[in-house]
Parts: sequence; structure tokens; C-alpha cells
Amino acid sequence: MSHPIKKIEGITKESTEELIAKTLEVYPEKAKKKRAPHLGANDQASGCAAVKSNKKTVPGVMSARGCAYAGAKGVVWGPIRDMVHVSHGPVGCGWYSWGTRRNLMTGKLGVDQFAMQFTSDFQEKDIVYGGDKKLKQLLIEAKELFPLAKGISVLSECPVGLIGDDINQTSRQAAKDLDLPIIPCNCEGFRGVSQSLGHHISNDTIRDYIIGTREFSEPETPYDISLIGDYNIGGDVWSAKALLEEIGLNVKSVWTGDGELEKIAATHTVKLNLIHCYRSMNYMCKVMEEKFGIPWLEFNFFGPTKIRESLRAIGERFDQNIQDKVEQAIAKYDPIMQAIVDEYRPRLEGKKVMLLVGGLRPRHTIGAYEDLGMECVGSGYEFAHNDDYERTSPEMPDATVVYDDPSEYEFEKFAHALKPDLIGSGIKEKYVFQKMGIPFRQMHSWDYSGPYHGYQGFSVFARDIDMAVNSPTWKLVESPF
Amino acid sequence: MWPQKENTMRQIAIYGKGGIGKSTTTQNTVAGLAYLGKKVMIVGCDPKADSTRLILHAKAQNTVMDLVRELGTVEDLELEDVMKVGYGDTKCVESGGPEPGVGCAGRGVITAINFLEENGAYTDDLDFVFYDVLGDVVCGGFAMPIREGKAEEIYIVCSGEMMAMYAANNIAKGILKYATSGKVRLAGLICNARKTDKEFELVSALAAKLGTQMIHFVPRDNQVQRAEMRRMTVIEYSPEHPQAQEYRNLAEKILNNKMLVIPTPLEMEELEDLLMEFGIMEAEDESVVGVAEAAA
Ligand SMILES: Nc1ncnc2c1ncn2[C@@H]1O[C@H](COP(=O)(O)OP(=O)(O)OP(=O)(O)O)[C@@H](O)[C@H]1O
Ligand code: SF4
Ligand code: SF4
Ligand SMILES: [Mg+2]
Repeated sequence: MSHPIKKIEGITKESTEELIAKTLEVYPEKAKKKRAPHLGANDQASGCAAVKSNKKTVPGVMSARGCAYAGAKGVVWGPIRDMVHVSHGPVGCGWYSWGTRRNLMTGKLGVDQFAMQFTSDFQEKDIVYGGDKKLKQLLIEAKELFPLAKGISVLSECPVGLIGDDINQTSRQAAKDLDLPIIPCNCEGFRGVSQSLGHHISNDTIRDYIIGTREFSEPETPYDISLIGDYNIGGDVWSAKALLEEIGLNVKSVWTGDGELEKIAATHTVKLNLIHCYRSMNYMCKVMEEKFGIPWLEFNFFGPTKIRESLRAIGERFDQNIQDKVEQAIAKYDPIMQAIVDEYRPRLEGKKVMLLVGGLRPRHTIGAYEDLGMECVGSGYEFAHNDDYERTSPEMPDATVVYDDPSEYEFEKFAHALKPDLIGSGIKEKYVFQKMGIPFRQMHSWDYSGPYHGYQGFSVFARDIDMAVNSPTWKLVESPF
Repeated sequence: MWPQKENTMRQIAIYGKGGIGKSTTTQNTVAGLAYLGKKVMIVGCDPKADSTRLILHAKAQNTVMDLVRELGTVEDLELEDVMKVGYGDTKCVESGGPEPGVGCAGRGVITAINFLEENGAYTDDLDFVFYDVLGDVVCGGFAMPIREGKAEEIYIVCSGEMMAMYAANNIAKGILKYATSGKVRLAGLICNARKTDKEFELVSALAAKLGTQMIHFVPRDNQVQRAEMRRMTVIEYSPEHPQAQEYRNLAEKILNNKMLVIPTPLEMEELEDLLMEFGIMEAEDESVVGVAEAAA
């Protein structure tokens, strides 16, 4: 696919490189040398953002990153709705990761529509004497208290790895005794450089303990697919799944938003894996490809342009029947989308946005902003790898700044220079920029809104972006300086 | 500056290779100090909890961590639950901890010492606090006794055996690390004799190289076992025995010891040269390495 080269007025390779050089000036020599390769001007033509990634954060800077445990608990395991997830270790890690990603769940209010989460709440004595016995007892109680749970995940926090508790053995034994899948995940926070390793470890754990252990009850059809890497934030899965079903596909399982353990376990029999968040779940797609011969396809359900492209690409993997339905869906939604664009575009035309989110969304949402007439003037990730930056470069306008694991300082400095009309990033960044008078959307949890995926999501997205950018509040705030 | 009260309490940590005789020597020496009228507290920093049994005549005492486990949290613990008084009014505390292979013994030591500090165990009437640390120090937890504000005086128990001397040198390296940034000092080697060749000379020579002294040469004597069987120190069991006098001498020397140094640990080669000089080690001869006696 060749992309038209997108230019932004006033941004050239030289201006971006100068901005980066100026930003780096304040660092001590060693930090400067370390940070320099992580910042670059996009070269859209070569499809190369040329930044270094997935490296240890420079000590002393404020990073937006999380830990491996956060990647495991918050991203991969937490959204599975019919399991008890045990945060094994002291209470804080579990408490502060409890439901904060807003992974919505199907079910009866107050009965089974919430995340079942436990913590072993380590005390001094558990550190000194080891926590295995406590874990064993906890697993028994978890089964008793939540008889509907189909399984339990045991997620190690730091101290468990430090003192060398053997959660694998305890889980194996308890699984036998309780006749319940109990899945140990060695995702101690100190492993790796960011939450990314937690995703990988969790994928490996699914590979080792879950995939292939169940079969779907319904018969196989040629249209069986799985929706991978959608975490149902603000209901994303529900919007995406409905659309995929509308074009004639059977969504047999979702990973892991609103996910069910037994369906995830049976995914090895689907015909195609559709992956939204490549960063966090490509590992299992590759495993299923190698082991079970299941092809996989990346797709993007943000904004009508990308949805249209993606639907057609998905259709190509199937027969005429599906392709016809794809065209029907596009024909049905295009006018609805056009109406949304007509409403919001005049108010958003030419507005600039800067992005810094996990490992996928900056490149995925650019199209949606462009549908609304906006331009993306800077993008970067907390924990992306090289293959993410390769996928980012063609989407970003030429010569714009690309930043990997930027420090709060760098991000602020870029914002000062580029003067965006909106910043999309995380909760840690939100108030800094709002205090600078820049409209902000929290793009990890959709800022208490959503869904943003699919056609349904675009109407919400457009409304939210307009609300943020054009809020009259900003005009009422007077700078005291 | 705030007016500071003169603190006369001396805090001493005993390190050395596993099984070398740290607990036995510590308790006998403490008995010697008590005999001289000094008030002492022993803090056992070893999950085995065998640092105070000769003073208390006890098989096992309630350790800090045992009680923490029983009661749930450290906050529920009272000092008198874990502090016992034995021979010569000596106060005894054991940190306790897990059996080998589980949990984190190091954290147990930290928890216990923090508890003692917070609950006022370090009273003004104490002349000495002794920390008897388990032999095979594996992690930071076991360095707790020599952290800021605790033991500043360290004695290493060793013998003329090669491994005991390696261990002593390694411990000196550890002390060096703490000494350069704080007040921790090496106060001497205690030779607990194993009746090896030229033991006295060898350990004296090692001490000199480390920049310290061999403060005392404790002979090996079965009277130690006889007393141990009755869960007593030699001093209490048989005050007239010559071995009892040895421990009293050691106590006296520690009492008067002013030689506190930053150690100068040896490089591996230097240490091996020293051992060769005393004939403990043969000159490097690759042809004999790994060859059994019968085959040679
Ligand atoms: N001078 C001595 N003469 C005879 N026996 C001795 C002498 N010193 C120690 N022992 C014996 O050596 C054994 C081991 O001593 P001890 O338990 O004091 O060693 P330790 O260094 O504290 O060991 P660990 O490192 O395991 O704590 C004891 O049974 C004791 O009786
Ligand atoms: S780094 Fe460790 S202690 Fe901190 S949240 Fe992650 S698992 Fe918990
Ligand atoms: S090495 Fe030390 S800190 Fe680590 S688990 Fe063992 S005793 Fe604890
Ligand atoms: Mg001992």
C-alpha cells in the first residue's frame, strides 16, 4: 500500500530536528545520549520513524510507563469476566489496578457483571515465611465465594518473585484439588522495561495453560473468527462485534474484553484471528498461526475511513457472500458517518492533536482525527516496539515528531512548541496539560466515555473530541502570568 | 546542634563462615562480659534461632517472627513476649524466620530489628548489644545489623582452614563497602581453633594483611560440648575450667579493644600466596588438579 505524503504547514524535517535538539539541551551528557535515539522526525516516504524503542527508561525522568504486572493484570487478564483474578502480593498493586481500565462486562448487575478480583494482601509474615500457604487457602476460598467462576488467574507482584515463592506448583496442586483451571502468571513488576513484557508473559501463559483445552459447543462454520486485542473499554467490543456479525462473521471468542475463559481456550478452531491491539496480543496470534495454522489480520475500527478499509480487507479473506455484506454495511453506514462529519468537521477543521498512548492507539486513531479534519502533529508510545513504529510512520504526517517513552518534560516541551489544540494521553499527563490550558482527552480509558470502536464508536468519539476542543471553559480561564 | 546524650552502648556484630563457632563463641564471650559485670543484649539474626540457648538454658525460645506469624502483624507484638533474660542478666532476642528454602529470612531479620528499635529494646543501661548473624550471608537482610546506627564493631570468627579464611576475607570486603560510607569498622579476627597446621601464625598473618588483629586464639576443647549438652556456656557450667578462662580473656580483650579499622581485604591471588607461604596450599600445579589421591 502506498500512502500519499501528508505535509503539515510549518513542520519540516529541519524544524522538528531543531525542536528535538533544543529539548535535549538541558539533559546531562549521558542522559542526552540515551534519549536522543528515542526522538525523531517522521520520514513518511521511507515508512521509517527511526526511533529506538523498548529500552530501559532513563533514571531520574518522569516516565508514563507501568510495570509488567500492570500489563498482565490490567490489560490481558483483568477483562476476562468469568475468572477470579488474584493479585498475589501486597494490597496496593491489586487495589490500584482494580477496574481502572473500564473493561465493561456482560452480566447481571451485582451478580456477575463485575471483575472478580482478589488480593492475597501480603504482610511481613508472608514475606518472611513465604506466601504459598496463604495462596492455597485463598484459592479454596475464592472457589467457595465465587462458584460461578470458570477459573482463577494468579498474578505475581514483585515480592513473590523476590522471595522465590513457587506459585506454579501451588497453582498446579490447587487446580487438581479444586478441579478448576488455576493459571499462574509470573509477571512480577520488576521484569522487563515496561508493561509490555507483562503482555508477552501473559500471552505465553495463555499458550501454556489455556489455548486448546476446550472446544466450542456450536458446530464449526467457515465464518468463525476471533476478535483479539479488544479490551471492551467503554464497550468497544460490543460495537466491534456487532459490526463483524453484521457482515456475516461468527465472533466465537473475544480476547479479552468481556472475554470468557472457555471460549478463549477453544479459539484454536477458528478460521481467522482479527487483531486490534497488535502490541499486546500479536504473540498469541503468531502462536495460533504456527501451531494451528490460523491466519491473522490486523484491522483498525477507528473512524469511517479506516473502518471501511478494514472491512474490505477482512472481506477479502472470505467469500463473495461476506464481501457483499461488507459493501452493504459500508453503504448503510457511510451516510450516517457523513452526517457526523458534517456536524463536527466545521468546528474541528485544521485543529492539531498530539498523542502519547500505550503501544497502539496513536497510529490507530490518526485516521479518525483526520476524518474530523484534524491533523496529528506529534505521536509516540509508552511501550511500543520497533514493529509498532514501522506501522506508525506511514500514518503520521511527514516530518512530525515521533517520541518513544518521552519524559514528562519532553512532552511538555514539544507541546509548548507545537501548540496543539488537543492532547490525547493518560491520566498522569491529563492535569499537567489542562493546567497549561490545553484541552485533553484521557485515551487509555476513553475518559469515562466510549465506546470508540466501530461506527457506533465514531459518533461518541466525534462528540467527545468536539466537547474537549471547543469547550467554552478554556476561554474563561485567565492566565495569572 | 541538639545536645546529644553520650551513648556508651557498644554494638557488635559477629560474622564468619557457617558452622565456624559464632553462636558458641558469642554466648561464651557474653557470659564472660556478664561475669565482668556488664549488661548485654544478644540479638540472634538467624532463622535457626540458636544464638541464645546457652544463655537461656532453653531448647527454643519464642522468636519475633514466630509470634508475628501467630498474631498476624508486628504491631500486635509486645517486647516482653520476645525478650527473655538469662545468665548474668543477659537479655536475649531471636529474630527467627522460615525453614530453609521458603520465604525470605533476610526480611525476617529486618523486621525483628525494626521491632526492637521501635519498642525501646535498646535501653540506656545496656553496655553491649551482640548480633549473631547466620553463617552464609546471602543478601542485604543479613547486613541489617551493620546498617547506619547499629553495630559499628565487627568481629569475624575464623580458623586456619582455607574456606574459613576465604570467608573472612569476603566478609572484610563487605565491611569495606559499609565502612567507606559509614562508621562500621573491623575490630578483629577471633580464631576458633580447628587444630590445623600453624593455625596461630596463619590467622595472625591474615589479620595483619587485613589491617586488623587476631584478638584471641580460642583453643578447641571438648568442655565446650560438655557444657553445650547441658545448654550452658562453659563459664556457667565450669567457671574453673581453663576453657572458661579463655572466654573471659576474650571478653576482657573486647572490653578494652580500641583497634577499629577499615579493613584492607586481599585479592584472591594474595590470599592464595599467603596460604602457600604457610603450606596450606600447594604451588599451582595443573597436573594434580582434579586427580584423586589413589590415582596420583
Ligand atoms: N572452641 C570450640 N571447641 C569445641 N567445639 C566448639 C568450639 N567452638 C564451637 N564448637 C562447636 O561447633 C559447633 C558449631 O558451632 P556454632 O553453632 O557456634 O557455629 P556457628 O558459626 O554459630 O554456626 P552457624 O553459622 O550455623 O550459625 C557447636 O556444636 C559447638 O559445640
Ligand atoms: S512494580 Fe511491582 S510493586 Fe509496583 S505495581 Fe508493579 S508489581 Fe506492584
Ligand atoms: S536472598 Fe535475602 S532478601 Fe532474597 S529472599 Fe533470600 S533472604 Fe530474602
Ligand atoms: Mg550460629
